[in-house]
Amino acid sequence: MAIGSRVVQWWTILRISLEERLVYRADFALGTLMRFMPIITQILLIRAVFESSGRERIAGFTNNDVVAYYLMVLISRAFSSMPTLASGIAMEIREGDVKRYLVQPVDMIGFLLLKRIAWKLIYYTVALGPFALVFYLCRGFFPGWPDAVTMTAYVTSLLLAFLIGFFLEALIGMIGFWFLEVSSLLFIYMLLNFILSGHMFPLDFLQQFPIVQTLFTSLPFQYLAYFPAAVFLGKISGPDLVYGLIIQASWAVAFFVACRLAYALGVRHYSGYGG
Amino acid sequence: MMQAIDDSDPGVRRHLGVWRTCLGNGLIRDMMFRGNFLIECITSMAWIVMNLCFYLLIFQFTQNIAGWEKYPYFIFLATGMLVNGLMQTFVMPGIEEFSELIRRGNLDFILMKPIDTQFLVSFHRVKWASLTTFFVGLGLLGYGLWQGGYVPTPWAVAIYPIYVLCGVAILYCVMVVLASTSVWMGRNQSLGDFWFYVTIFSRYPLEIYEGSLGQPIRVGFSFIVPILLAVNVPARFMARPLQEGQWALAVYALGATGVCLVLTRWIFVRALRGYRSASS
Repeated sequence: MAIGSRVVQWWTILRISLEERLVYRADFALGTLMRFMPIITQILLIRAVFESSGRERIAGFTNNDVVAYYLMVLISRAFSSMPTLASGIAMEIREGDVKRYLVQPVDMIGFLLLKRIAWKLIYYTVALGPFALVFYLCRGFFPGWPDAVTMTAYVTSLLLAFLIGFFLEALIGMIGFWFLEVSSLLFIYMLLNFILSGHMFPLDFLQQFPIVQTLFTSLPFQYLAYFPAAVFLGKISGPDLVYGLIIQASWAVAFFVACRLAYALGVRHYSGYGG
Repeated sequence: MMQAIDDSDPGVRRHLGVWRTCLGNGLIRDMMFRGNFLIECITSMAWIVMNLCFYLLIFQFTQNIAGWEKYPYFIFLATGMLVNGLMQTFVMPGIEEFSELIRRGNLDFILMKPIDTQFLVSFHRVKWASLTTFFVGLGLLGYGLWQGGYVPTPWAVAIYPIYVLCGVAILYCVMVVLASTSVWMGRNQSLGDFWFYVTIFSRYPLEIYEGSLGQPIRVGFSFIVPILLAVNVPARFMARPLQEGQWALAVYALGATGVCLVLTRWIFVRALRGYRSASS
């Protein structure tokens, strides 16, 4: 297919997906605002822990740092979480809808990626209000804006988090070519992701358990939540930051390759019956 | 008016009989997919273990959280698991379907049945796998008591299950009220999430709700929508003797449960009056 027609095709997919997503915008905005409610209990719990312990810092984090961390993790997750992606792929395989990608000149992974970009763009547009409100109210927890280099690294790490999240979940969905049902696997992934990504607590809290910390930081999950948040808060800088970004980009490439490979093998394995 | 359950009453007997059938049906349904049932039990347990690991990590840095030491805090967590385990097993699976029953017009079939609609909508589904949370909670409760070296008085042992049931009743009321709004809204997907996010507040001790942010939450969720009492009051009977002044809270919790149940009934009946069938 010529480059021109391919671009037109991509633009059409993106436009349709944007319109599709805007249908439920009010429900979407309300849902986004509600997702901030747990942060209130986190703020109160963390304050109680710091006050009870009598410490100024825990693993290098002050009370404000921890709250700022949890808020930044919300942004990381807004980029890296991919609700319904894996389950949607598995369902398309199970119900035979995947054949539309086999008979039409549309690449499944490309289509899903564009659709997800559209969803995320709408999400950021609608969620901007609730996010701005909450961050304004919580501005006292932040030390201030980071410098331009840190900000650039942060934005890069968020984009890479999006790519890792997308290709990792799409890869789990591709397992549907062999097992049809991936819901249990997805739940396990969700559990692991919640704890290993740093969503539950800053991974620095594991300093007392070096083996566990090494295990956690060797896996790709930390790049979905912990790493971007830590970069923004200046917890990772200098050579560690460059090294971290290189590793994060490597994981993104590795999952892209694995996802394409799984799709190619899956399509070969796939059998469609009926009309 | 609230009445004690009298199973010699034919109406009560009929309702208990229907509930027994629902329990049996739920078990048969769960046992049809035994592998799935087992996985659900394991994943529920994994989720709990993960939460416990979080608190074990927190207790590496502090001796207590807002006055709750490690083992009393485990008893608090265990009480939350008991309340939530019962909710997730016997109440939530049914109520969660209410919005879809309205949207698809299937509520008509329930309204035509010669049994209380709120009862049937609330308890027609049972998810036995969620009882894992309840049993893990029991285990954690025993562990917390044993490690904490606290022997509860017979009085506390007798009153604890009553307050756990009060906790379930309070959370049940919040769920039914939110579900009732489906009649007016047509669909309330966000309000389903709203229940989850609101009840998160009940999972922490009252003492963390301090300061300009915490106090309004403490007052609002104790005296207006009393979800903070659902876990905090029963947990105190087991983990820490009630201090002076907190007995009033325990008495208030009983009264609040009764008021919630009556108010919920009123809202549910009002909602049903506004119901217009969606079926053809």
